[in-house]
Amino acid sequence: MLDLTPKTIYERTALRINPCKTCQPVGALYAALGVHRCMPHSHGSQGCASYHRTFLSRHFKEPAIASTSSFTEGASVFGGGSNVKTAVKNVFDIYDPDIIAIHTTCLSETIGDDVNSYISDMDIPDGKLVVQASTPSYVGSHINGFFNMMCGFINYLTEKTGSPNGKTAVFPGFINPGDMRELKRLLSLMETPFTMFPDTSAVMDAPMTGKYEMYPAGGTTLAEIKALGDCSHIVALGRITSVEPAELMKKKFKVPYTLLPLPIGVAATDSFITTLSKLSMRDVPAEIEEQRGQLIDILLDSHPYTHEKTAAIYGDPDTVLGLAEFCLEMGMIPKYMITGTPKEEFTKQAQALFAKYGVEGCTAKANADLFELHQWIKNEPVDVLIGTSYGKAIAKAEDIPLVRAGFPILDRYVHSYLPLVGYVGAMRLAELITNALMDRQDRDCADEDLETVM
Amino acid sequence: MNERARMLDQYASRVYKNRKDHVLQLEDTPGVPEITANTRTVPGIITNRGCCYAGCKGVVVGPLKDCCVITHGPIGCGFYSWGTRRNKAAASEGGQNYIPYCFSTDMQESDIVFGGEKKLKAAIKEAVDIFHPKYIMICSTCPVGLIGDDVHAVARQAEEEYGITCVGFSCEGYKGVSQSAGHHIANNGLMKHIIGTGDKRPAGKYSLNILGEYNIGGDGWEEERILKRIGYDIISVFTGDGSVEAIQNAHTADLNLVMCHRSINYVAEMMKSKYGTDWLKVNFIGVGATIKSLRDIAKYFGDPDLMARTEEVIADELAAIGEDVEYYKNRLKGKRAGIFSGGSRSHHFQALLKDLGVETIIAGYEFAHRDDYEGRDVIPQIKEDADSKNIENLTIDADPELYKTRYSDEVMHALREQLPVDSYPGMIPDMKSGHIVVDDYNHVETEMLLKLYKPDIFFSGIKDKYIIQKSGVPSRQIHSYDYAGPYAGFKGAVNFARDITMSITVNAWGLIVPPWKSEPMLEGALTGGGE
Repeated sequence: MLDLTPKTIYERTALRINPCKTCQPVGALYAALGVHRCMPHSHGSQGCASYHRTFLSRHFKEPAIASTSSFTEGASVFGGGSNVKTAVKNVFDIYDPDIIAIHTTCLSETIGDDVNSYISDMDIPDGKLVVQASTPSYVGSHINGFFNMMCGFINYLTEKTGSPNGKTAVFPGFINPGDMRELKRLLSLMETPFTMFPDTSAVMDAPMTGKYEMYPAGGTTLAEIKALGDCSHIVALGRITSVEPAELMKKKFKVPYTLLPLPIGVAATDSFITTLSKLSMRDVPAEIEEQRGQLIDILLDSHPYTHEKTAAIYGDPDTVLGLAEFCLEMGMIPKYMITGTPKEEFTKQAQALFAKYGVEGCTAKANADLFELHQWIKNEPVDVLIGTSYGKAIAKAEDIPLVRAGFPILDRYVHSYLPLVGYVGAMRLAELITNALMDRQDRDCADEDLETVM
Repeated sequence: MNERARMLDQYASRVYKNRKDHVLQLEDTPGVPEITANTRTVPGIITNRGCCYAGCKGVVVGPLKDCCVITHGPIGCGFYSWGTRRNKAAASEGGQNYIPYCFSTDMQESDIVFGGEKKLKAAIKEAVDIFHPKYIMICSTCPVGLIGDDVHAVARQAEEEYGITCVGFSCEGYKGVSQSAGHHIANNGLMKHIIGTGDKRPAGKYSLNILGEYNIGGDGWEEERILKRIGYDIISVFTGDGSVEAIQNAHTADLNLVMCHRSINYVAEMMKSKYGTDWLKVNFIGVGATIKSLRDIAKYFGDPDLMARTEEVIADELAAIGEDVEYYKNRLKGKRAGIFSGGSRSHHFQALLKDLGVETIIAGYEFAHRDDYEGRDVIPQIKEDADSKNIENLTIDADPELYKTRYSDEVMHALREQLPVDSYPGMIPDMKSGHIVVDDYNHVETEMLLKLYKPDIFFSGIKDKYIIQKSGVPSRQIHSYDYAGPYAGFKGAVNFARDITMSITVNAWGLIVPPWKSEPMLEGALTGGGE
């Protein structure tokens, strides 16, 4: 497996090998799926929408709808205006969404299509809406696409009426529907009236009923997005993923925000709960305290198996930061942390973590790839890999256990239904990581050392 | 109103006008009806088609295991075509296997503004320094064509500088109307730069290339196993588990076998013109189809020993699977299927389904041309439109040294009476009256087909798999085989039968409706009121 990867590290400037990121539009598509009765639309050639739908379907094991402007060479030369206008007409006619969310591709961006002006020329049926976001694939990563589409919705739809609605807006970051459900459960327990935007729960984890619904029950409603300007506060989760929409809301509507890490692990969940408690001016209910206590109990019980074990963690920046801090809480050392997303804030945050926990010899790099990570591991191995399915070849090549977490996970089931966030999510992570290490110990030990009780 | 009319009835006039000729309901009339195919997709209709890059890199060039395939463009295209098509490949002895790797120039905004050639050159240098590959392929994505990067010039320069083979493909996503354009571009590249550059001679008496076999789930390996048992020498497979090293010698084979007609017929035709190599349309999907294909190949060579050996192998392989096939046939008999795939699979799998007693009542392709539906005889009638004119059509002359024909015109004429040499009758002649054929089918038509026909199983891709399944119909991915297989040959038929029986009969189908929705929940008699 990966036999051609040499140990000697070669400084590359041009060749990306085994990327740890993908392009903006898939993030934009995912964000749009978290809006109720929304049809995501890809403005470019068909392959983009095809690839993005495929990836989302493979990760969530759910339908992921999206239409496309179906560019051919003609549209690439003369502009995609006529294609997108026809497409919007057809989508409203045939699929009847309430809103179409257009994202651009590197094709339409390179030819300089002005989607904004196309929209103003469109014949949009009464009561229907079209929004857009610019998501060139040659800038940033799918994380940028996710927050750019959020900004697109905010720019087009959000209003401030002047009468506050008393709600807290929650920007959840690029997480699974199972995570969003857990966040909503915590918000309800904290008695915090909220709007979560976007919200893919009940869309990308919809139940089986024997009847296909193009627009399942879930998703942030248009009324809720419109009213975001009347929210009293924003809790933006994911310092890298959610800062831009939060800043936009502050600039446009003067809604203040609190920027927090993704609530993965104890400290990050504590910050989330503390913030909610301050905002709602309510005590933390016993149920939450009980679960927190259970989690700490688990960490203390299991620490002999995790203490000073080293991990290589890779994936999306906020997810990696969250997973790394939780590893530190478990007594582990996040020896390598990489993200493909080119955001230096990631490295800064990672260094802050190393300093906070007093660990040395750890490396964090943004705009990195899995080939580089593999080379580091070849030189100095780790005990466990934590990240997406694309690390499985490294895991096999170097014989290291892999705990799957993040996006995309293409080779396992159920992961997107169950949370990684909150105390409950941390319990799940603790189970996954500890058991992977313990399985490994069982596998590797001599027969006479096999323990039935551990 | 028949099913076709009901399907089309939902469209407003402008969409109706476009779609009506893509949808056929077969009737008991002589001749093969005409279908519209390989034309632009209706914008916004939620098509299942992909793009030119997907056809070139994803299908034809990507599976070549011994070359470093660099996607020149922003990161997405390279990322999505990384390890996703199940072209199984194992390094040949001492050879390199790049299949688990993804290489991209990951173009950034400045490369789009100032041009990406410099970055591509640097990327090639880095690939050469790190991996020392013998072969590098460059696949272009949308912005590359728009900004005018000359990948061919960069490739030529790399060949000179590093003494390697380097081929550029201008397969930008917007070219053509679907993946199909990319297949053609890839075929042209292989023909111009790879095929015929080797000089290894065949070791066996009868040698073959298998074209259009992508080794999904190991299909190609199963085909090779059977063909080698009979005694054939397999020169190369295009391109599943394929290698540039082997394909260089493709011109030395006695006969080309064509599996996927759509993706590779160009190479078959060009090799016919240049080297005189005949091609035979085969199908190794299905027991009956495999037997027919094996007999056809032996008949082509006309050697009695070969024919006898073919019968021996067939008898032996059949004996090994007979009981299993009977078992599954009993469980599947009378079921009805729908099947949509990219190229030839919707035709190939009908043969296997038929072996199992399953009738395919709905079929269609994502990116086929009229000849895949109606047969190659219609090719002269197909009018070129602007989108296909943009795809280079190579003019291939006979190679002055290597061109040779195996048979005289008279012998060939007689052979053609019995064998599909250099021809393909298409899918429609194998379907029956009432059956429906849809070209470039889309989401809303899928929903209608499920409602109107209620098939017992529907074969399609991942984008509609969960839509179909949520509608209550078992769905299996026919592009990726749902990560199972192989489905080719004799053993593959049993694998397929087992897998589809499993999907139709899984107990969870019976659990969808909760008991409280189907059983009376109130028990006991009404009380109160009357004494």
